[in-house]
Amino acid sequence: MTRIRFQQSLEELKEQLLVMAGLAEQAIQRAIEAYRERDLSICDLVSEGELAINRLEREIDQAALDLLAMEQPMAGDLRFILSVIKINAELERVGNAAKSISERVRHMERMAAADLPVNIPKMAELASAMVRKSLQSFIEADADTARSILTMDDAVDAMNKAAFKSLIKVMEEQSHLAPQALNALMISRSLERVADHATNIAEDVIFWVEGADVRHHKSLIKDTEQQDKGGANAS
Amino acid sequence: MGVGIEVTNLNAWYGANHALQEINLNIPANHATALIGPSGCGKSTFVRCLNRMHETDPIARVTGTVLIGNLDIYNDITPVEIRRRVGMVFQRPNPFPTMSIYDNVAAGLKLNGYRSRHALDEIVERSLKNSALWDEVKDDLKKKSGASLSGGQQQRLCIARALAVDPEVLLMDEPASALDPVSTAKIEDLIFQLKAQYTIVIVTHNMQQAARVAEKTGFFLNGRMVEFDLTHKIFTNPSDKRTEDYITGRFG
Amino acid sequence: MAVLSTVLVVAPLVAIFVYLIYKGASSLSWAFFTEIPKPVGEVGGGMANAILGSAILLAVGSLIGVPMGISGGIFLAEFGRGTKLANAVRFTADVLNGVPSIVMGIAIYSLIVVPQGHFSAFSGGVVLGIMMIPTVCRTTEEMLLMVPNSVREAALALGVPNWRSVLAITVKTASPGIITGCMLAFARVAGETAPLIFTAFGNVGWNARLNEPITALPLQIYVYALSPYDDWHRLAWAGALVLIVLIVLAVSLVRYVTSRGVLKGAS
Repeated sequence: MTRIRFQQSLEELKEQLLVMAGLAEQAIQRAIEAYRERDLSICDLVSEGELAINRLEREIDQAALDLLAMEQPMAGDLRFILSVIKINAELERVGNAAKSISERVRHMERMAAADLPVNIPKMAELASAMVRKSLQSFIEADADTARSILTMDDAVDAMNKAAFKSLIKVMEEQSHLAPQALNALMISRSLERVADHATNIAEDVIFWVEGADVRHHKSLIKDTEQQDKGGANAS
Repeated sequence: MGVGIEVTNLNAWYGANHALQEINLNIPANHATALIGPSGCGKSTFVRCLNRMHETDPIARVTGTVLIGNLDIYNDITPVEIRRRVGMVFQRPNPFPTMSIYDNVAAGLKLNGYRSRHALDEIVERSLKNSALWDEVKDDLKKKSGASLSGGQQQRLCIARALAVDPEVLLMDEPASALDPVSTAKIEDLIFQLKAQYTIVIVTHNMQQAARVAEKTGFFLNGRMVEFDLTHKIFTNPSDKRTEDYITGRFG
Repeated sequence: MAVLSTVLVVAPLVAIFVYLIYKGASSLSWAFFTEIPKPVGEVGGGMANAILGSAILLAVGSLIGVPMGISGGIFLAEFGRGTKLANAVRFTADVLNGVPSIVMGIAIYSLIVVPQGHFSAFSGGVVLGIMMIPTVCRTTEEMLLMVPNSVREAALALGVPNWRSVLAITVKTASPGIITGCMLAFARVAGETAPLIFTAFGNVGWNARLNEPITALPLQIYVYALSPYDDWHRLAWAGALVLIVLIVLAVSLVRYVTSRGVLKGAS
């Protein structure tokens, strides 16, 4: 087999990305645990983890850049490296979301505990599962698994919308709970973002494995429909 | 102006060696098309079938059809005539050693009986300008021999010589493989400009070069054409695994 | 080592030259170059007719040998490569090269002199020409084969017919070597004596006509050297010196003339 050193470099890049994924996933788990336990020490752990994530993001990007410059990758190799760079960015944002959540938890810890009509842990579990599955599809280079994540996003979106409605209602009707409700709303939004990042990772995996660009699928359909309508109106 | 090339069921033999098998290909006019593949895959043989240069080898034999423009080059005209319409630039620059720069460029015309001094001057100047060599040699046209130029300049001289006979197609067999990176870049820029007037077919084992200059690329393997598609598709997402293995360097 | 080899090779040539000058220079005079031999017993005279005779014989010989030799060489290298005919031609040329010059003379004697009934400059020129052919032919072939194939391909790819490419490009590229080959052949036959005995025969007087016997420098030297007259011996030495000098001059002239056309930078 030729280009053994290059192969090994690609494997190493993959390993680094998986370490990054582990850190990101761990960050979300910790943030939600901090929420459940209202435990500030766990928030500190999340902050520490954030430093590691940022450092790793830079290392992975540098490694990928070097491979692009030095090895002239083509076809599948090129798509792989490109998707690693993109997934890297998504995972860093997952880490950011975890940090946001832990910041909200710090604020909420100073407030009275409130029983809010929103199941943050359930949302978190779904979002986490999506992230885990997307990384699995990456490890296995399985585009079908990746596709299944695209539909899971709808559930999380729905939960976020419901949370929005019910928390607004709480803020209107039980104004003393407004601060908690607002923070909970922001946590819910962060989790919705995590789910979006997982979706993006899945799209990047599909791009790598199949060479197909499946991003912005819905908006592209809408755009085409509108163009058709415009055409129909014009004639 | 360039013309398209249509190849149908082309087979070529060197003696008993079946060098090309069932090649079917449409090369678009006024584009650069690259042919890539490992050594011995038949890409050079194929290109030499397009101007019947393979016939210089007495044991060579060809079946199938090659249409250049609408001309069946094996049945409608002689080898000598097709070579006036289909020019060729070789891997190693090969200017005529006993001739000056001027005479080298004018060789194709002079050797075919062209005599008009004024017209020759004009054609030589135009050809040298088209091959980006004019500025470097315009003061030494008749004083310096073709062989006294640097490698990159010699190759551009050969390109000028090929252009002087006003072909419709330009075949380039690994034109930059003997040149340094700067000369290579100059040749590639040149190919880009020449596309507007000629149809260019370039054989190269340097994939990055194919990627830089050609709109379409064909991958040859063991005498067959495995895949022929838009260059950017071949290099980002080829359809055939053999193509992918070759361009990622995973052969063997 | 290099110096020693050079000295070893050049020394004999220098020695001969010096000896010839020593022996022959004193007999050189204007008369040598302008007068024909005086009758036996009389002092003086020259070898003007022999010089003219050599020139005529070599001219005829070159006219026959050079075109035939070069054509043969072109055929062997460019058109008949690998064919049985080419192998036969090459073999024949090699055999011809090895035929002793006197046998050549006898052969032409039978083929031309006898049917014609007389000796002639023409038959002398023919034998010299035939002797030039193998050298010219083989050298031409060698020089043409040394022209790289890339040059031929370049010409063919321009749509130049093969025959034209051979003449205008390949032969032209090899021409310095081909001319050297002709010079070698020329220098060799310029000194031939034996074949001329049976063909040109020799002549004590002026002759510039092809149909009559003619003398040549080597022939005259031979006759004079074998004679019992001191006077003639001295003339023979002078003749030998003049012969060598004329050959060197002829070769140098051709070299000079052909090198004028070489461009800057070309090898």
